[in-house]
Amino acid sequence: MTDLVSLDYILLAVSGWLIIGACGLFAIKRRGGISYVLYPTGAAIGIALCGLGIYSALGGTQTCILSIGLPDLQFHLRLDSLSSYFLFVLGMVSTGVSLYSIGYFRKEEETPLGLICLEYHVCLASMAMILISDDAYVFMVAWETMSLTATFLVMANHSDPEVRYAGFLYFLISHIGALALLLCFGLLQANTGNYTFANMREQHLDLLWASITFFLAFFGFGAKAGILPLHIWLPEAHPAAPSPISALMSAFVLKTGVYGFLRITFDLLQIQVWWWGVIALTVGLITALFGVVLSATQTDMKRLLAYSSIENIGLMFTGIGLTIIFHAYDMNGMAALSLTATLYHVASHAAFKSLLFLGTGAVLHATGERNLGKLGGLMRFMPWTAWAALIGVLAAAGLPPLGGFVSEWLLIQSFLLTPGLPNSVLNMLIPIVAGVIVLVGAIAAYVMVKFFGVIFLGQPREQKLNQAHDANIWERFGFGWLVAACLMLGFFPVQLTLVIDRVTSFLVGEGIGTTVASNGLLLLAPVASHRASYMPLVFVGVLLACCLLAYVLVRRFYHGRLRQSIPWACGYPFQTSKMQDTAEGLGQPIRHIFGNFFRITRELPSEFDKNPRYRISVEDPFWSMLYRPIAVITEYASRAVGMLQHGRISIYLLYSLATLMLLLLVVT
Amino acid sequence: MNNLSSYLWQILELILAVAAAPLLTGWVNQCRAWLQNKTAPSVFLPHRTLHKLFHKDSVVAENASPLFRMEPYIVFGCMALACGIIPTLSTDLPLSPAADAIALVGLFALGRMFISLAAVDIGTGFGTMGGRREMFIGFIAEPALLMVLFSSSLISKSTLLTSIVANLTSQDLIIHPSMAFAAVAFVMVLLAENARIPVDNPATHLELTMIHEALLLEYSGRSLALMEWAASIKLLAYFCIGIALFLPWGISSVNTPFALLLSLLILTVKLVVVGALLAVLEIVSAKFRIFRVPEFLATAFLIAVIGMLVHFLLGA
Repeated sequence: MTDLVSLDYILLAVSGWLIIGACGLFAIKRRGGISYVLYPTGAAIGIALCGLGIYSALGGTQTCILSIGLPDLQFHLRLDSLSSYFLFVLGMVSTGVSLYSIGYFRKEEETPLGLICLEYHVCLASMAMILISDDAYVFMVAWETMSLTATFLVMANHSDPEVRYAGFLYFLISHIGALALLLCFGLLQANTGNYTFANMREQHLDLLWASITFFLAFFGFGAKAGILPLHIWLPEAHPAAPSPISALMSAFVLKTGVYGFLRITFDLLQIQVWWWGVIALTVGLITALFGVVLSATQTDMKRLLAYSSIENIGLMFTGIGLTIIFHAYDMNGMAALSLTATLYHVASHAAFKSLLFLGTGAVLHATGERNLGKLGGLMRFMPWTAWAALIGVLAAAGLPPLGGFVSEWLLIQSFLLTPGLPNSVLNMLIPIVAGVIVLVGAIAAYVMVKFFGVIFLGQPREQKLNQAHDANIWERFGFGWLVAACLMLGFFPVQLTLVIDRVTSFLVGEGIGTTVASNGLLLLAPVASHRASYMPLVFVGVLLACCLLAYVLVRRFYHGRLRQSIPWACGYPFQTSKMQDTAEGLGQPIRHIFGNFFRITRELPSEFDKNPRYRISVEDPFWSMLYRPIAVITEYASRAVGMLQHGRISIYLLYSLATLMLLLLVVT
Repeated sequence: MNNLSSYLWQILELILAVAAAPLLTGWVNQCRAWLQNKTAPSVFLPHRTLHKLFHKDSVVAENASPLFRMEPYIVFGCMALACGIIPTLSTDLPLSPAADAIALVGLFALGRMFISLAAVDIGTGFGTMGGRREMFIGFIAEPALLMVLFSSSLISKSTLLTSIVANLTSQDLIIHPSMAFAAVAFVMVLLAENARIPVDNPATHLELTMIHEALLLEYSGRSLALMEWAASIKLLAYFCIGIALFLPWGISSVNTPFALLLSLLILTVKLVVVGALLAVLEIVSAKFRIFRVPEFLATAFLIAVIGMLVHFLLGA
């Protein structure tokens, strides 16, 4: 081939990852080779993919057919702006995580390092394949490969029964989801027998079948993304996996669900109905509120982040729901705005959440603790990790001038523009949804104060924390890359919006790019500059100028000395580290206000206890409301079926005879 | 519009707001003392306190992280920037497009986050308690404040504060029913966010119910001065937001010395009246238990929502 197009380069990147994985298998015990050759090469491919994603999002659509696979089922591949954008996010995240993995996978996990290297790179490659697949066959193969490798990665430390249990749960739920996806693709091809996406785009399903397809996709992709009530695998799988893997899963494996949902709803399905959007919006909003409230009560740092991921996925589905509503009413400009907010949040969540998970990895290696009750004061011993995590925390709290704020700002703007909808009930209710989104964002800030405060600030709650060591140099490179991503996403929203503009033009037929570009490259004004605008660079510039000016003036005019002393604490001299707020204490106001959201079991000591102990456990209510009943029913049903089985061949022959007789009776 | 002189006026307005902010605190304290039949301190007392604190040595806990040392400057910077965004004297602000009402709320949230983190940093019981309570009040007050801002932005179809003010002042004197609800909600949020009675008592110290004071316990000297100053600026900023939304008449739309002087005069009168009203409000109410505060703020949120629904139902 003479001129290589972007799609070829992306296939090259995918095969590069696969080759790296295979090399990992050959060098299974050679730590140096894996660390210093394979992961850095993987990171380089990630950087390349990041650039290629941006480049091809601005270019046109490319397709190709690979004649591998089964004889009649060739691989149809297609690169359009939607897949390019997600490839960009994948490249961004994988670079950070790969860089960090160089330093992280040093000592032997229970799975050999080479095997982890293989699973990790195959997982990356399969995710890239999901994004460029153009028929249901490739899509499902890549999808299942991703689920499998992710399951293996979660179970890296498989001697722990909890880890095996988490892996099983993840595997189970992703397969229930995959079943729904198979059915969904079956409906989309509308009896033509042709499973290419090109064929699916030409089918016009009627309202009933289109609705069934939509909800199958919502269920199937929601299971992967962690929509209520299919979220329960997340808080189990994230703590079980090694931290770079949790980072990758939270940052991108969840996003494949968002990608698939967007692909089917806006690309493959030819109609959108407003009440689909209402349902997606409601479920997304409940997921967001539920996720953030539960994350405020967690005491395990990775579970806390897992629930926070559920919250962010909920926000994305809220945005998609609003987009569907706008699109169904042919208000494409506003649909473009809310879709832009959603896609922006995909990128910013990927950046800050992987950063925070990598931070927990460094803490875990330094202290061996995931329990927030046994951490504290680590900012003094691990400054690099702490400052990187601080950036992540500020972005996760949705505060200006970082990436999380831009997406939240855009989302709120699109909610404020709803009063143009022809449906008056929606008109009234939807701005209130904006209020709930702000509530979710504000509680997220609370959660992040808890996360950062308990781990990095305060006094060390255990003696051994004084020996904590900071992240090593490669881990710091990983932090650095993702911190840079968080800052760039916050400072240059106009540039990214111009890229997203191509995606929204493809999906909903319009983009906000021209409006945004007309105001120059500093001012983000999604509708018109007199209606709403935000200039992050000016904002942060003036903010820093004010802070610096205050600093310089105070230092110039007042020469007061600085004296160090023990903490004052209102003059009470017997302060110990146990008197600080615990993670439970920081969760207490939330438990008090949102008591109905969880199942709380509390054990209070009686007055006469020799050894008084206070115990409180907060449980996800979906276990008792949904999953345990299902488990009980399944067990009951299988026991009922089991009564048929006696293990004697004569009885089985009798069953066959009875079945035959019955069938003959039916036939005659 | 964005010529050099408007930048200069912007800087001047910002400096004036920052410098005069403690006067407002002093005035409210003076009114409160009068109403309590006490001998009132001078309005300049906060300025003198700042001067005194700046000259004192700072004592910092041994285990304080750099975050703790940086925090007073960051919070001060946040509040100063807020004063630059809010139209205090004129609506011709070059800084205004940098941040709209939502970004302004984000800015306050940024300040709050840093205050809370710094309070947790030393690891004393009171500090962490204060940090937790500050965030806890913040996360309920923030949605209520945004609902208030949404109500007014629905009328003027803009989230930029300068556009909202320009729009409201250019109309005839119409009373928007939705704005009446929004005003009530805003006052409740103002009380909570600025640590006033009934949510917090700015005059007490060493009480188990304290919030604002608990955040400042470990600060001394110039750091404490900056924090107190930032709190004064925040009060002024909230007053100015309220004035911009509910009493915008008199805010100049051009930057000429005469117009600005007139506008300054009008603003002073408004602040004096509103400050006195705040003192009355604080005198006649009693402090809540901490767990009544969410109910209080949830009421504010609901009132703001009702205001918005009224806007949709009446179309005004």
